[in-house]
Parts: sequence; structure tokens; C-alpha cells
Amino acid sequence: MNDNVLVKVENLYRYYDTHCVVQDLNFELRKGEILGFLGPNGAGKTTTMQILSGNLAPSAGQILINGIDILDQPKRAKTCIGYLPEQPPLYADLTVDEYLEYCADLNRVPRNKLLTARKLSKQRCGLKDMGNKLISNLSKGYRQRVGIAQAIIHSPAVVILDEPTVGLDPIQIREIRSLIVELGKEHGVILSTHILPEVQSVCSRVQIIHKGRLVFNDSLTGLAQRMQSTSLLLACRHMPESAVIKALPGVTSMELVDDRHLRVHFSPDNNPAESLAAEVIKRGWGLLELTPEHKSLEQIFVDLTTADETSAPVPIQERVA
Amino acid sequence: MMIFTIAWRELRNLFLSPLAWCVLAVIQFIIAWVFLIQVDNFLKFAPTLAGMSNAPGVTDAIASPMFSTASIIMLLVVPIMSMRLIAEERRSGTLSLLQSAPVSMTEIVLGKYFGLLFFLFIMLGFMTLMPLSLAIGTHLDYGKLFSGVLGLGLLLGAFASAGLFISTLTKQPVVAAVSSFGLLLMLWIISWAGSGDERYSPVFHYLSILDHYRSLLRGSFNTTDVLYYLLFIITFLVFSIRRLDAYRLQH
Repeated sequence: MNDNVLVKVENLYRYYDTHCVVQDLNFELRKGEILGFLGPNGAGKTTTMQILSGNLAPSAGQILINGIDILDQPKRAKTCIGYLPEQPPLYADLTVDEYLEYCADLNRVPRNKLLTARKLSKQRCGLKDMGNKLISNLSKGYRQRVGIAQAIIHSPAVVILDEPTVGLDPIQIREIRSLIVELGKEHGVILSTHILPEVQSVCSRVQIIHKGRLVFNDSLTGLAQRMQSTSLLLACRHMPESAVIKALPGVTSMELVDDRHLRVHFSPDNNPAESLAAEVIKRGWGLLELTPEHKSLEQIFVDLTTADETSAPVPIQERVA
Repeated sequence: MMIFTIAWRELRNLFLSPLAWCVLAVIQFIIAWVFLIQVDNFLKFAPTLAGMSNAPGVTDAIASPMFSTASIIMLLVVPIMSMRLIAEERRSGTLSLLQSAPVSMTEIVLGKYFGLLFFLFIMLGFMTLMPLSLAIGTHLDYGKLFSGVLGLGLLLGAFASAGLFISTLTKQPVVAAVSSFGLLLMLWIISWAGSGDERYSPVFHYLSILDHYRSLLRGSFNTTDVLYYLLFIITFLVFSIRRLDAYRLQH
């Protein structure tokens, strides 16, 4: 096992009564990674994060944080975690400084390092001038920042953020995202969201969870490959002969989109665009358009999460392969 | 150490809201009123008492009735102060701050408990000052006074632990307050039951939270009474820890 593995989750299950919310979840988080956790509402994202942060106990399975089992040694494991729940756990009666001081105390930040730690986390979250303000007087965006500041004040190895950009304005979202990217350099970050562009702009790895199962787990480069075209859109002045096109190397199938457009599917490692264009020109069909079709993350997401409800989810290995 | 951190925060949070100040002021005023009435009565009957052999002293005549009244008032006040301990944290989601910090459930519960207890002891301290002030003009029976303070202190500890436990059961602070009040009142008047029955009466009297207090007020220090309160406190604290752990385990 790699030394840099910060979080290791094995065969995680969680039941509410008889209802299984998380089933057979396995994944790892390495140092310097930002892991995006995607999934529709009620997929089990928040439950998973609550389990990782020690707020819920798993029904079965093992979680190692920095190599420490969170069930066997919860206190040691929890010192390595900073957690921002969906609803920031703020005491409205306190000022930002008082609150962060309390959080640092709770996380056993030594007294002599407390001021530096507080200053640093305030600075990173853009709260420099907010120290004396009452939390109840802050706007939602600033509360969210205080929530993040709370999660990073003891500079934990793993930072878990549950929908950190919900309810923020676009500028704040950009700031928070760059903060997350910065955090990802030194810490491991797990981020749950249902904003798809956020994942693409911030995360280094993506996991899609659906009905408590992991249906997709790949790096962003892997994701980019998946998003690459496996089809071409072809438009010609004259309708091409399907037999000719199907005979081209790499082409797997072909379908008619409308009376002018054809969709040509091909195997991922063998793009026939060049030979297809040559063939069309040679035969004088009048090439009007030849476009590679990109799958958006959204498309992948929708494909995975609205897949035939009755069929059993396909194991991850097969999907990634 | 963490217990102290949480307790200190809890105490300071109490004083951030006007509730704590208001309760302190109101209780102090009412207890002072009771105290002054007792002093007045004592002065009225002092000449008669002086002639009696074995007459009640200043401490019996003033401090004991005052502490007795205080216990009834505290029965109303403690549920109001304890209702928010856990219920409010669960409702506003701040409990997860404590749960994801490297702090055990025992430390959370004890921290909350001692935070409230400090506050109640501040009140107790102010109450005790009133009979103590009589020492300027007369001789006090310090043993009896101490016994009374100890009794009220233990009683407050017991009230607080029961209130804390009830507060873990619900997310609605007001529900917690009403239920705690009901529980404490029930434990108070449980000795009314079976009062004529030779067999069961001792059981009910043992269970009653009030009977143990009465003997301490009289100045008789019984290990049974002190143990009763300690057992009571420990039981409800363990219940609270178990309850909070259960929320983590299964819903």
C-alpha cells in the first residue's frame, strides 16, 4: 500500500433500519488529491461523509484515516480530519475569533500556536477583517467561509467538505474553488457537490455514487477520455452508402439522425474521421459537416444515474476498463 | 482537559444570552425576599425563643427554610437552563462540530454537564451569601449551613443530570424543558404514594429526591443520602452518553 494514502475505505455499508443507504463502498484518497463526490439527491453522499468524519458509525466496513482505524482509535483518527457539514456548525452567539478559538481548542491545537493557526485559516478563507463580527450577523457566504476556516484550522491531513459552494454568489464560488485547489496541494480533499462544472474545474478525481453504490471512479484525465467522442456526426449533400462507411476500419455502427445527418459510432481507440473524410470526398458525396461528438460530464452522470432501474449496477472495474 | 474546554465554552455561552442574567437576577430577588421574611419572623419570635431551652437557632430558623424554598424554585429553573444543552446543538447541527473533533462522547456529555453545573453553583454561591451575612451580627452554626449548601448542591447536580439526559432525547428545547420538569416533579412527589403502606412506603421514600434533601437540611449528614445523589447523577450521565452514542450507531 502506498504511504500517501490518506483515506482508505473498504466494504463500507450503512443501513437506516432495513434501508441500505451505502453499500459496498471502496475507495482511496491520496495526498494531493481532490476527490469529487457526485451523485443525485439521496444517493448517500452526505451519509458517506458523515461516516468518514466520525459523525455516524458504519454498519459494516473499515475506514482508515492516515492508516488509523476510525472505529478503533476515533480520537487519533479525528485529529487528521477537518469536516464541514452541509449546514456549517456555527454558534451564532459567538464572534468569528471566539468561534475559531474554540474549534482550535477542540482540535487540540497547542495554545502557543493558536493565534497563528487562527490567523492563517482566517487569511486563507478571506475572513481577515471579520474577526470581531458576530456570526449571527454574517451573510451566508461568510458563514460558509467560517465553516471552511473551522475545518482547516488544525491543518488536518484530510479535509471533507459537504457542498461547500451552495448558496454563494459567483465571485465567492470562484474564491472558494481556488481555496479548495490550494488546499488540495497540501491536504487530501473530499468534496461533495452536485454542481458538475465544479468537479471539472476543481477535482483531480471523480466518483459518482448512485443509490449507495459507487458507479464511477476515475481520475479527471480518465474522465476526459470517457468524454471523448465515440461518435462522429456526418452531414453530406448526397446520402452516403451505408455499406461503404460501415466497411471503414474502426466503424462499429451507424444511425440516421435526420434526412441529412448520420451518426457514425466507432471504437474508442480507432477514430475513422480521416479515412471517412477521404472516402466521402473520393466518392463525391459533398461533405458539409464532420463533427466529433463530445460527451459532457452531465451526459455521463445522467447515463450512470438513470441507467435501467431494474438492472443491477455494473461493477466499477468493467466500467472503467 | 477537553471536558474543561467544553464546560468553559458552555458557561460562557450561557452568559452570552440574556436568559442566564435574567434567571440569576430573578432568582436572587426571590430568594432575597424569602430570606428577609425569615429574618423578620425570627426577630419577631426571638424574645420568645430566647426563653425556651433547646430553641431553634438562627441557622435553623432562617437558612434551612430559605434553602428549602430555593430547592422548589430550582426545580422550575434547572429545566429551563438544561433544555438547550444537547437539544439545541442537535437542532442547529452544531453537535457535528463536537463529534468530528477528537473528543469522546463522554467528554462532550461531561463538558456540557459541568458547564451547567458551574452556572448553578454560581447561583448557589449567591444564595449562600445571604445567610452568611448574618455572621456579622450573630453566631452561625456553620456545620448546618454547610450541610444545607451541600444538600442543595447535590440536588442541583441531580436536577442538571436529569435535565441533560432529557435534552438528549429531543431536538426541541421546550419539549426537553417540560419533560425535565415533569420528571423532576415526579421524583419529588413520588413519596406521596404508598404513604400509608408499611411495605412499600420505604421504597418510595428512598426514591424521592426530596426526602434525602430534607435530612441534609436538618443537618444530619448521611452517606446514604449523598450516595443517592451521586448514583442519581452518574446514572443519568451514563444514560446521556449512551443516548448520544446511539444516534451515531443506528437510526
